[in-house]
Amino acid sequence: MASWLTRKSIIVGKLTKYVNDCTKRLSSHFIYYPDNEKPVAGETIKMNMMQAINNAMDITLRDDPTAVLFGEDVAFGGVFRCALGLQDKYGKDRVFNTPLCEQGIAGFGIGLATAGATAIAEIQFADYIFPAFDQLVNEAAKARYRSGGQFDAGALTVRTPCGAVGHGGLYHSQSPEAYFAHTPGLRVVMPRGPITAKGLLLSCIRERDPCIFLEPKILYRSAAEEVPVEDYTLPLGKAQVLREGDAATLIAWGTQVHVLLEVAQMAEEKLGVKCDVIDLMSILPWDEETVCNSVKKTGRCLIAHEAPLTSGFGAELAATIQEECFLHLEAPITRVTGWDTPFPHVFEPFYLPDKWRCYSALSKLIEY
Amino acid sequence: MALRIGVSFVRLNSLRHAARLLSTHTRPEVFNNGGSISDFPGARAPYVTEMKFLNENSYDLIPIYRVMDKNGDIIDSREDPNIDKDTLLHMYKTMVQLSQMDKILYESQRQGRISFYMTNYGEEGIHVGSASALSHRDLVFAQYREVGVFLYRGMTITELVNQCYGNYEDPGKGRQMPVHYGSKQHNIVTISSPLATQMPQAVGAAYALKRVPNNDRCVICYFGDGAASEGDAHAAFNFAATLDCPVIMMCRNNGYAISTPTSEQYRGDGVASRGPALGIRTVRVDGTDALAVHNAVRRARELALDNKPVLIEAMSYRVGHHSTSDDSTAYRPVEEIQKWTKEESPIQKLRLYLERKGFWDADAEKQCVKEARDTVVRTMQEAEKKKRPHWKEMLEDVYYDMPPSLQKQMNQMEKHLEKHSEHYPLSQYQHE
Repeated sequence: MASWLTRKSIIVGKLTKYVNDCTKRLSSHFIYYPDNEKPVAGETIKMNMMQAINNAMDITLRDDPTAVLFGEDVAFGGVFRCALGLQDKYGKDRVFNTPLCEQGIAGFGIGLATAGATAIAEIQFADYIFPAFDQLVNEAAKARYRSGGQFDAGALTVRTPCGAVGHGGLYHSQSPEAYFAHTPGLRVVMPRGPITAKGLLLSCIRERDPCIFLEPKILYRSAAEEVPVEDYTLPLGKAQVLREGDAATLIAWGTQVHVLLEVAQMAEEKLGVKCDVIDLMSILPWDEETVCNSVKKTGRCLIAHEAPLTSGFGAELAATIQEECFLHLEAPITRVTGWDTPFPHVFEPFYLPDKWRCYSALSKLIEY
Repeated sequence: MALRIGVSFVRLNSLRHAARLLSTHTRPEVFNNGGSISDFPGARAPYVTEMKFLNENSYDLIPIYRVMDKNGDIIDSREDPNIDKDTLLHMYKTMVQLSQMDKILYESQRQGRISFYMTNYGEEGIHVGSASALSHRDLVFAQYREVGVFLYRGMTITELVNQCYGNYEDPGKGRQMPVHYGSKQHNIVTISSPLATQMPQAVGAAYALKRVPNNDRCVICYFGDGAASEGDAHAAFNFAATLDCPVIMMCRNNGYAISTPTSEQYRGDGVASRGPALGIRTVRVDGTDALAVHNAVRRARELALDNKPVLIEAMSYRVGHHSTSDDSTAYRPVEEIQKWTKEESPIQKLRLYLERKGFWDADAEKQCVKEARDTVVRTMQEAEKKKRPHWKEMLEDVYYDMPPSLQKQMNQMEKHLEKHSEHYPLSQYQHE
């Protein structure tokens, strides 16, 4: 009887382990660190990032009669539900589906901006923004410069979900910020959660330069915070220091910020050192001052991003930091990033620059 | 009563289907099986039991609408637009002015006085025919061979020549290659080199205008037969149709994209045949006939203001080389060029029409050509004397506000020039 029970419990135990392993494979690689500081006083509502983005677009459509929101499948609310309810509220001529054609969406948005309307375009996944690359890089980015300021596409904001999601494979996981960071005239922005998403998106929409707003899709539902109800913006081109220390500067953007926040916590617990953690937020133009001031203080720097290493935006940061902080650096600048491969499906846990890879690199950096 | 309405509705519907079947040339044997219509959401089409592939010969060729013959005679008097004398003369003088400017600037490029140029020979009729049928407030998106439109709208030779020289009076501040004109004041969106990118942009701009209360403006977008092969062209046609935009898509089909003849550009019936396939009202016109172009654009504008996009394919011949970097005799016979220069010149056709009306004669012609030439020569001499913009203009207008990183780069260049100014052509540029 006892042995039968034991055997049964072993079977159940094995089953549980199997199920757990399966779930673990699909679970996210980070712990979400909610924002505690509110950018403005006043009433707040608990929102996830999808709802915060919806709220920012709601405010825009409410206050700016020229504003329109369009893309593939936005009319029914969008495949990530960011546009939920907006067509019912503002009408079919303001929130509408386009044909399935990214170069058309981007070009159409530039035209709207040229004629004086506020254009919020959605590209369904950042992986599919490349057909619009020509329109964004050759047209939107250069419109003001080439016309001597007579025309511009400043009223265009392109929103697009990016980053790892657990099982997105090659074409539902990419982080293309570095491609655009090589394009003078564009602003490239990535929030780390609901509060930053609302504030930065409203800034992008109102900014007089064309903006690419990259939304880490894994945060749409997993990230929830008390978000101010009223209208507020966060400055573009400015980074935020989220945690302070003197041992090293850790720099990331998007989901990866949460990985580095945990790494900083681990470093404090296991190594007894404190680190600066910086959310870059604006990839282009980026906040050289905040970053370099921090590195001058700490003397060590670790940069982490999901995108591949070679020519990733970390390279730009490392080169500038090296030039500006040469005499302050106590160790080589370390980059922990995705590997130089396409983004794989079943190997995602080995591909991502997770907390263990970052922690290991930070340990070496501090011992250097 | 309700029943009767129902019955008449059914009859009306079947009549409509019958009419549609007669008007295409696919001739499905629809009546053999009762002519039932499918419920597929993607197409409301009848079933047939005969399998038949369609090809480029399944439809009639789209005819070319013309108003005058090569002697400037009106073919069907009902089609004479009866444009007033002042407008006609403005149209004609614009063509002459354009042609003289082309001649002189082309030569000046050959002499190395400007870096690049593209002429408009053979396509002047498309420019003035369309420009005269539009409101000056209608927004123009152009490719690069539409300067007649700009001149017709009132852009001056001085503005155009300043752009080609990139001097400090160029509103584009010398940043783009010659012939990349733009004028906010005249509602002409600045030209860029990437082909067809302006097409979906024109559609977006039209959508913005549509949403303006009591809108009385449309958008016209010019592009060549080569550019129509770009993906952006397809995007533009499809967006214009599905989003009901007040836009006129004006194709200049001049037979060549640099050296590539249309036989290597497409296999269908030109660009026009793509319009109906995407649900766009379409017409093909004789682009050497300014009056035919005028009529087509005038009607297209009415449709556009009713939020019905229109595609116009204006047939013409690119008489000049593609650009100053091209010698077109390397890929086409000289006789072909001469035929179009002598027999089908849009300028000559309109002149003959004007002469028949008694609005023009040899003396007027002589004086007009002289004035046009003198204006260009004088303007060029002035433009050459003007300095180029201050070098700091190189770093302005990238963003609305200059970011710190760019300010840093400006300081670097300033310090560099303080030490090494002798290696740079600073005397040709404005000083502070």
